[in-house]
Amino acid sequence: MEKIPALELKNISKKFGSKYANKGIDLKVYKGEILSILGENGSGKTTMLNMISGIYFPDEGQIYINGDAVTIASPNDAFRYRIGMIHQHFKLVDVFTATENIILGTEDEGKYDLKKYSKKVKEIADAYGFEIDPDKKIYEMSVSEKQTVEIIKVLYRGADILMLDEPTAVLTPQETRKLFDVLRRMKADGKAIIIITHKLHEVLDVSDKVAVLRKGAYIGTVNTPETNESQLTEMMVGQKVVLNIDRDDPVDPKDRLIVAHLNCFNHEGTKVLDDVTFTAKSGEILGIAGIAGSGQRELLETIAGLQPMVTGGVQYIDPATGKVEFLRDKTPQEIREMGIRLSFVPEDRLGMGLVGNMGTTDNMLLRSYLKGKGVFLQKEESRNLAEKVIRELDVVTPDAEFPVRRLSGGNVQKVLVGREIAAAPTVFMAAYPVRGLDINSSYVIYHLLNEQKKNGAAVIFVGEDLDVLLALSDRIVVIGSGTVTGIVDARTTTKEEVGLLMTKEVRKNA
Amino acid sequence: MHKEPLFHIVKRPAIEWYKSWAIRVLAVILALILAGIVTLALTGLNPLKVYATMVDGAVGTTRRCWALAQKTAMLLCIALALTPAFRMRFWNTGAEGQVLAGGMAAAAVMLKCGDLVPNWLLFILMFLSAIVAGAIWGVIPAFFKAKWGTNETLFTLMMNYIAIQIVGFFVLEWSVPKGSGQIGIINQNSQAGWIPPLFGQAYLINIILVALITVFVYVYIRYTKHGYEIDVVGESERTARYIGIDVKKVIIRTMILSGAICGITGFLLVAGSDHTITKDTAGGNGFTAIMVCWLAKFNPVWMILTSLLICFLQKGAGEIATMFQLNLSFADIITGIIIFFIVGSEFFINYRIIWRKKEKEDRK
Repeated sequence: MEKIPALELKNISKKFGSKYANKGIDLKVYKGEILSILGENGSGKTTMLNMISGIYFPDEGQIYINGDAVTIASPNDAFRYRIGMIHQHFKLVDVFTATENIILGTEDEGKYDLKKYSKKVKEIADAYGFEIDPDKKIYEMSVSEKQTVEIIKVLYRGADILMLDEPTAVLTPQETRKLFDVLRRMKADGKAIIIITHKLHEVLDVSDKVAVLRKGAYIGTVNTPETNESQLTEMMVGQKVVLNIDRDDPVDPKDRLIVAHLNCFNHEGTKVLDDVTFTAKSGEILGIAGIAGSGQRELLETIAGLQPMVTGGVQYIDPATGKVEFLRDKTPQEIREMGIRLSFVPEDRLGMGLVGNMGTTDNMLLRSYLKGKGVFLQKEESRNLAEKVIRELDVVTPDAEFPVRRLSGGNVQKVLVGREIAAAPTVFMAAYPVRGLDINSSYVIYHLLNEQKKNGAAVIFVGEDLDVLLALSDRIVVIGSGTVTGIVDARTTTKEEVGLLMTKEVRKNA
Repeated sequence: MHKEPLFHIVKRPAIEWYKSWAIRVLAVILALILAGIVTLALTGLNPLKVYATMVDGAVGTTRRCWALAQKTAMLLCIALALTPAFRMRFWNTGAEGQVLAGGMAAAAVMLKCGDLVPNWLLFILMFLSAIVAGAIWGVIPAFFKAKWGTNETLFTLMMNYIAIQIVGFFVLEWSVPKGSGQIGIINQNSQAGWIPPLFGQAYLINIILVALITVFVYVYIRYTKHGYEIDVVGESERTARYIGIDVKKVIIRTMILSGAICGITGFLLVAGSDHTITKDTAGGNGFTAIMVCWLAKFNPVWMILTSLLICFLQKGAGEIATMFQLNLSFADIITGIIIFFIVGSEFFINYRIIWRKKEKEDRK
């Protein structure tokens, strides 16, 4: 008799607006098995887990638990079917102890006896080899301890199917090894485990099977012992897609921005950029590739003068005079006062690049409101610029005073990019400038980047779609876990090469 | 299949101005009807008569009109002080204390220097000391917020109680006669430091000054670089930093302004109407002004209307309480119902309700 899968998805699809986040997903996971889900950013991994755990409801398809067709309409339903999800961002009450968090929301006959619960938590922990103090408060815990609490929480509720969304992203290599030991013990205990991770070597290390998603679609499942890194990379990134993006050869490239041995720390003191060195040249597009969260945001923000805790250097070479200026420790205001036209299109358009409740005119004013003498604003110039951007980039808006928050994603981005190129920048940085944009708006943005390149700006383009990066950039800097893992010529490299560099484990950290 | 809910709440796109006003007027009419029913049920009085008394109490005589104008001006002045802070999303709940600080400083100068300096100089000293005192009271929480991210709502609120106790201390210390617990009218005979009547109207200078402040605040937030910075910081601190605005500086500068205007209100209360200082000089207006400010959506011009509305209701409600020998709580019930409906009408201006059946028809 054929074994019945603990969890099976048949032809599951989910649409957000008109776009498919998941399309026709088929998936099986058996008891006593670890299944890895692999895919680039935005390939729909988290969406899929959210449907299994009842946060989203699928538009099409059917979910089976132990062979029975089920409807999971809420996290409560998922709990009933013994499905437990460990989210990427922990959902714990900081001032409660581990035990209090674990029993939170469970119903139990009898009186509230913390000691009894504590004991039960301890038993679960011992059974699987977790190290935990049940009476420790969450705010005193390290990230890995918090994760342990999350895992015990779902085990306490009797979960047989565990899903972990990028559990290793926040762990050190040692902690990761411990987690994997625990997962193996749970597997031996007959649990079905689904794990999302970006790191290929971890996939090969821990899982029995790997399912690959690409751009929301299900590509296939392979048995881990029968596969290798390059096959998985190919499944993940797919065949080269021919894009019709123009790419001229750089004209007279000269060093414009030299980033040398840059280190950056977040406010917890963790290194997020580690010895980053590269040079951006005038008249070329420098692509930056990497898994999301590898330090791209910090890198651009450091150059723009927005990251405080930095060591190393950023030098700017003035195209007119050849003078070298040092940008580190300068605020955006000071950089502007030095006469450096550095434009930056941040990833978070409405939260950082623009003010959502203001109209196009007032958003144009952001870069120029200090211009002019006296205490009063001079709006005339911004109004003209707004009209010009709306006209030239075909921004669809009722008028220049309409809040940009209520425009569509593509139009929001046109307003932002339009403002940033208006200053005739010598360095132009854009983080994920086409994320969430439809194909036409994306091409408008590619065209604008190319135009900046033609105008002699050093363009730094952080992208996530490797096809686009390869077609648009002149050179590509690949970063992984905050370090540069390679700098390649975009004209000669392949997707596989970049993909491997992205997931390459840099040993010097461990 | 999940059941379709009875109704959906949908955000409206832009609404025509006449529609939004129709909703507001409808809300007031509904409020008056409900308040009428409540009046009838609780007191057995004719609601129309009660409303007539309200109007009479607020604007029935010339003297009442002037008193209403003065009360409105003071409330408006505090609301104007809150405006820059609120637009920056800095919830200054300490206007009460900032007004008292300003009033206390003005009263101290009035009391101690009244006989020493000429009257014109006395005014300048009172005015400046009130501004400085108010600004200090406003800037302390701002400094802590900018430096260490403390919660400004609690901080400014606590500062109120300190201000009240400081006033209480000096009122005891300087009480006339000693030990009576009140300062009494300051400079009763010389009237030094009293804002003089203009065209025979005691409050006219107060009202003119507040009108000037209204224009100033309106221009400041709408047309100056500072005002623009305040809006950007209020909407998104990250955007402000991205663009190079010094967020800490803006927070501190704005609260100096906010506190200073509160200080001016304190000066106007002491020099222009009360001629004394007590713990109740601000009279809770520091809190009422928060409502005035929100109701007007932080727009100084609308604030003239909202502060007038609230003072009208307060004055009118007070009148019914005395005329019909009801207690003040009944007046508060009527005021509460009316304000509730007006605030509630904003929901129906921003959102639309789609009933289940109607939506199906829409689909056809």
